[in-house]
Amino acid sequence: MSTDLNTKLIMRNAYRITSDRRHTCLRVRVPGGHLEARHLSLIQHIADTYGNGTVHITTRQGFEIPGIPYEMIPEVNRALAPLLEALEVAIGVPLDDTTQGYPAAGTRNVAACIGNRVCPFANNDTTALAQRIEATIFPNHYHVKVAVTGCPNDCIKAHLQDFGIIGQAAVEIDAARCIGCEACVTNCRKRVTGALELQNMIAVRDAQRCIGCGECVLKCPTGAWSRNPHKFFRMVILGRTGKKNPRLAATFLEWAAEPVILAVLRNVYKFIDEHIDRSLPKEHLGYIVDRIGYPAFRDALLDGVALNPQARVAERLDFHGYWHTADGIMQW
Amino acid sequence: MHDTPSETRRVRLSCEEADILLDNLAAHYRLFAPVRLPGRGRFSDQDAIRYAEVHTVHEIEHARRSHFSPKEILFPVSQTLFYLMDDALQEPQDDPRDMLVFLRACDIHGIARLDDIFLNNGPEPEPYYARRRARIKLALLECRHSLDEHCFCVAMGTNRTDAYAMAVRCDEGQLLVEVRDDDLRPALPASAAPADFTPEFPTADPQPVVVPDADRLQSAIRDHGFFAHPMWADYAKRCIACGRCNTHCMTCSCFTAYDIAYTEQPNAGERRRVWASCHIDRFTDMAGGHAFRDENGSRMRFKTMHKIHDFYQRFGRHMCVGCGRCDASCPEYISFATCISAISRVLEER
Ligand code: SF4
Ligand code: SF4
Ligand code: SF4
Ligand code: SF4
Ligand code: SF4
Repeated sequence: MSTDLNTKLIMRNAYRITSDRRHTCLRVRVPGGHLEARHLSLIQHIADTYGNGTVHITTRQGFEIPGIPYEMIPEVNRALAPLLEALEVAIGVPLDDTTQGYPAAGTRNVAACIGNRVCPFANNDTTALAQRIEATIFPNHYHVKVAVTGCPNDCIKAHLQDFGIIGQAAVEIDAARCIGCEACVTNCRKRVTGALELQNMIAVRDAQRCIGCGECVLKCPTGAWSRNPHKFFRMVILGRTGKKNPRLAATFLEWAAEPVILAVLRNVYKFIDEHIDRSLPKEHLGYIVDRIGYPAFRDALLDGVALNPQARVAERLDFHGYWHTADGIMQW
Repeated sequence: MHDTPSETRRVRLSCEEADILLDNLAAHYRLFAPVRLPGRGRFSDQDAIRYAEVHTVHEIEHARRSHFSPKEILFPVSQTLFYLMDDALQEPQDDPRDMLVFLRACDIHGIARLDDIFLNNGPEPEPYYARRRARIKLALLECRHSLDEHCFCVAMGTNRTDAYAMAVRCDEGQLLVEVRDDDLRPALPASAAPADFTPEFPTADPQPVVVPDADRLQSAIRDHGFFAHPMWADYAKRCIACGRCNTHCMTCSCFTAYDIAYTEQPNAGERRRVWASCHIDRFTDMAGGHAFRDENGSRMRFKTMHKIHDFYQRFGRHMCVGCGRCDASCPEYISFATCISAISRVLEER
């Protein structure tokens, strides 16, 4: 007898409909992209016992375990329970029954660069923030991609997400420690945005140009620069890959505090719910906003959000991307 | 009740008593000690440990070395030497209060090195330093063992000292105190319980560091072309001339000075003196644009020779006091202690 499946339910349970009619593929989330190594043995166990013994590492920092026969799904879900407990429930994700597998898959794993647990450039613990975001927005069926990166180097490619969160350092100078060596000035000019200059032999920062990368703190030999211990974030939005109009995300917020970031992300779902085109099988957030317009989207995201005084909101979105239909190669 | 003069007192103080001691001291002295500045470290979420004015015992960082040394209390990173206004010239008013600085044995030796440079090097003592130096008393923060892997005070002979006015040990929330200075003794709270406390000192470095014999080193330099040894070429490839080894060092004491005119008031201005260091670009710049130690290996060599050779030839003791701050701060993992041990090996092999 042939397999009879409700593919919608299968996919919502984080299993894929694949190019192999008999087998599915489980998507394991790793919020923040960092996990205790002991959990890998369970992933191996599932791959060896139910799958084809291989694992695919995804760009979203998950594991895909292919080759699982559809009828094994309930058993795989029970085997998966300890992982859901450790990687989701433990960070505050509300899951009622961890023996049923993932309750949703639309909102994707919240990815993170390696952050300040390892990287000297990082302005925050990106994994910890990604986990707090996961606990804020997951489980959810709407397709939303979020990633957190520790500095504007953007190793996690936050610019290709619906929401990219970039750690910012509010750098402060203790002018009495500046010896005018220009190490910070030269570095900011050559590698960052040229936000610094010497005035009367003391480094002075142009707040409009500074992107809060924190490099001046790394360069200064006398410790004149340091980060304000309060954390700030830039949020870039509506970046995407895909077939129609790939583009880099544009800056929406700068110098926002974490509660603002979390509140904005909470607000996204209401906007999608109100505006999504239900005649389509799926409409990505970016295309919804293309139809509805930035001002309405901005107002929805900021609805009821108490902005911290330092936060700045973009007047318009300045996307860098292209349309395939307008591309020279397509016309020729 | 009066103490007999010159009688050392040794006491154990509870937390509250220790703060009374600090309060009493603060009536006459500004107190400086290493403190932890949360989140102000070079990397995010890491603390900076720096010298700052303190008022309570719990502010003092007892366990770890300060990143920057206490030299900045005597020799500030940046200091206005005088203000200029038309033809008039005026020195700034320095805070007239006396100071008590909590610091470790190596740093107490470090102050003796700064004294050599600023007070004993020329015909006249350097007045800005001398003024502050006269107002400072030293409180030893005891190190019973090396603080961490970077220390090499035992090798440099700077692990022990008796050049302190008082000494403290943090002992499970209580403070053991030895007071040797007559002026400080009255600050002890009346309730202080006598204790059997004299500071202990580290007796071994975590890793052996071999200090080159200065005379053999001199002959190697003069007669055997030691400056051309390939070890310096290796440092040329590794050192990025960031200058942190200098700025964190307890004994680096070079400075430069410049004049500025105030933007709003161009006929007024000031002369400032700021730290300058042999690893940092422009240190050897001369009129005409020539720089005679352009290459980073030669800067490493120059610093090393100053620390363990040149200074010794002039003052009869090494400049380096083995505080380990250079090694702890170098982003390229260049270890000065390893360097001087390597020099010793080269001299042995000759
Ligand atoms: S984005 Fe920045 S913080 Fe994150 S890994 Fe890259 S360089 Fe490090
Ligand atoms: S934080 Fe980055 S952009 Fe801002 S002044 Fe420092 S180096 Fe320049
Ligand atoms: S690197 Fe530090 S000391 Fe040098 S100019 Fe910049 S702030 Fe001043
Ligand atoms: S050279 Fe290094 S170990 Fe020696 S005094 Fe300077 S910082 Fe301390
Ligand atoms: S700290 Fe290290 S890299 Fe920087 S100047 Fe000193 S030796 Fe060179």
